[in-house]
Amino acid sequence: MAFREYRIGCWMFGFALSLSMFVTIILPGLDISSMSSTKIALEKQLTYGWETGFNYYDPFLQGKDKPVKVVLTKDPMTGKAIDKTDAFVFPAGTHFPSGLTHDGILGDDVQKASEELGKIGQADEAQGGVFLVRSTADDVPYIEFATATKGWTADATLKAADEKLLAGSGKTMFVREGCWWCHTLLPEQTQDWQSFGRPPLVGDFNGESPTTFGSDRKAPDLLHVGSRNSSREWMVMHFFNPRLVQPHSIMPRYDYLWGDVDADGNAVDLPGWDEKYLAYARGESIYPPAVPMPAADSEARKLIDFVINLK
Amino acid sequence: MLKYLFSKEDDIPQGTAAIFFGISSIAWFVIGTGLGSFNAAKLAFPDLFHGLYSLQFGHMRQVHVHAVIFGWIAMAFAASMMYITPALGNTKLWSEKLGVWNCLLYNVGLCLALALLWSGVTSGREYSDHIWPIDLYIAFVMVVPWSLNVWMTIVNRRTQGIYTTNWFFAGCMFMTIIVFLIGNTPEWLHLTGLNEAYMTWWFAHNILGLLITPVAAAITYYIVPKITGNPLYSHRVGHLHFWSIVVFYSTPAAHHLMSSPLPEWLKSFASVEGVLILVPAVAYVCNILLTMQGRWALFVENIEIKFTITGVLLAIPLNMQGGFQQTRAINWYIHGTGWIVAHAHLALLGFSTFAEAASVYYGMQVLLRRKLWSASLANFHFWMLLIGFSLYWTSMTISGLIQGAAKIYEVPYVDVVIAEHPYMIVRWLGGTMVFFGNIIWLYNMIMTARAGDPVPVGRQPAEIAYTR
Repeated sequence: MAFREYRIGCWMFGFALSLSMFVTIILPGLDISSMSSTKIALEKQLTYGWETGFNYYDPFLQGKDKPVKVVLTKDPMTGKAIDKTDAFVFPAGTHFPSGLTHDGILGDDVQKASEELGKIGQADEAQGGVFLVRSTADDVPYIEFATATKGWTADATLKAADEKLLAGSGKTMFVREGCWWCHTLLPEQTQDWQSFGRPPLVGDFNGESPTTFGSDRKAPDLLHVGSRNSSREWMVMHFFNPRLVQPHSIMPRYDYLWGDVDADGNAVDLPGWDEKYLAYARGESIYPPAVPMPAADSEARKLIDFVINLK
Repeated sequence: MLKYLFSKEDDIPQGTAAIFFGISSIAWFVIGTGLGSFNAAKLAFPDLFHGLYSLQFGHMRQVHVHAVIFGWIAMAFAASMMYITPALGNTKLWSEKLGVWNCLLYNVGLCLALALLWSGVTSGREYSDHIWPIDLYIAFVMVVPWSLNVWMTIVNRRTQGIYTTNWFFAGCMFMTIIVFLIGNTPEWLHLTGLNEAYMTWWFAHNILGLLITPVAAAITYYIVPKITGNPLYSHRVGHLHFWSIVVFYSTPAAHHLMSSPLPEWLKSFASVEGVLILVPAVAYVCNILLTMQGRWALFVENIEIKFTITGVLLAIPLNMQGGFQQTRAINWYIHGTGWIVAHAHLALLGFSTFAEAASVYYGMQVLLRRKLWSASLANFHFWMLLIGFSLYWTSMTISGLIQGAAKIYEVPYVDVVIAEHPYMIVRWLGGTMVFFGNIIWLYNMIMTARAGDPVPVGRQPAEIAYTR
């Protein structure tokens, strides 16, 4: 670097690049980080847990280390009837979302309400527990640690649940199977209100990782799909072979997510099913073969739970 | 290759690293475009490969993307840098041995990275799909040694000044390392929410803007003057190009998320900066095309110039699209449609690939001291690439406009799928033509190494392209 002009050039280069990073990383980072969580963000964090992409606790993306969302109509502690309530059960050892372990994710008001009213300070990952999403009288959403406030333990809540949604593990399937290469989770601010529902707000994402917006929409947006279509039977047929319910669909078949046995304990015979389906396609039978119901612990069930839960 | 891994530095012939990188890049180009063609087939006929569960679209899509970006484009860059940087510094590559090891570990790392993506082990973030251990490997085993070789060759040059191409090579490698390390902060620091989404696109934008486009441009700054014999039209316009890349191209990352709820000031800022990308773009294209003055016959006669100038001409629509499609006036229509897919292929398969193909064609002939085995096959490759790409770009642009219209008029999505079907078939045909062209190229290059006519000392391969 024998030339003075290169020394000046290097300084200019460093200055320009630093300025660019200041404007494009530091300033937006400060601005975005100052946004308070919405109720949706709290629900998403409690549904999806700590991290859905590759991580130390679930390196092969099998849907481990995830909470369970349950629907309650009776109090798990007393057995008394209560209003229909969504609760988020973290079995002992399940890692908490960033909002519960780091300050500055929830936003000041939400954090304060969650600590004072919701007692989230008493929650411990090793013990697990049950969380609810509530709103204050001023409409500030907050997280309530029901194990501390109501005495609801994880086991009792799972036992008392009317319905269990493995939507957290399902999001792992959504990421691993690349659903987001074609289905966006981002109704656009300009256009999509009628077809795909309300676009997300700035605070809807706090604590969620990855956000899996998707960028190339080769298929319908799914952010509110559970509100448009909540039929589990339709979902089962559609995931098994999309052409059964939508002849023009170009979606791949996800029949391999059924695993080895179906809900009735019968072996899932994919080649055998294909043979009968081809016979149907040739017009040799009137009805397509029946689609096996996925087993309760199958990956198909988890993915369907995730999709149905997208309200 | 293996015999040079443990040779003394002085025993390794000059250009060895570049040759290995060059051959690797062509092989990865064949693999990457083959995967592209395979994926495109499934978008046209979803049950075509039913039963091959290990090759599901959702797993193979990112393998295609990373095979062409890290395998073909980046390795062609490495090959180009490892022969162009020393040539412009009138010196030897700093360390051929480091280069050979770098190439080996690059291929090993890429195989590992793609195998993990293939099996679904992903960070779930587009373009930074690799998991963080692989990111560390890419940064410190694949990119840092490569950069070190480039920087040290420039430091040890035996010329007074540094030519335009080498500013870009040195600067872009530096910026790439920075972008790679900062762009993956969502994984290093577990950033969440919109910060994670924004940094994902910050990475995606900058890796393209600070590595792929400027290095491809830098390569043409070497190839065109070298083969035409004309000096670069303007050193100062080159300065304008370089500095406006650093200032303007590093800032519009948020324009990839125009329809998301990012802060409005950020979207407006990014959009304005995005239009300013036209400054380096226009400076660059003018500089190269004016360098061609008086030697336009070579556009027809010479295979390297044919590739390079086609790439530069494709940079014109590329930058016009890039500058304006991200403004709010246009982005609301085409965001998330096939238009963007077409634009991405215009950048990578159009502009960038054509520039690198020229550089690899030229470099392999110079380094092997052998004339191309078959000029006809090279021409065939060119036309397969150009026609295949044009079919791809046209069909995807049209299907993108259909999607955009359907988005506005709230057409049921399945009707869009039906309307796009013919264009998906054309896209598949175009991609398959590119794939076949590349197989021919690989064959031609292997035959050149084995049976090409030797190039006499002191002659350029281009000068004797038509002598028998």
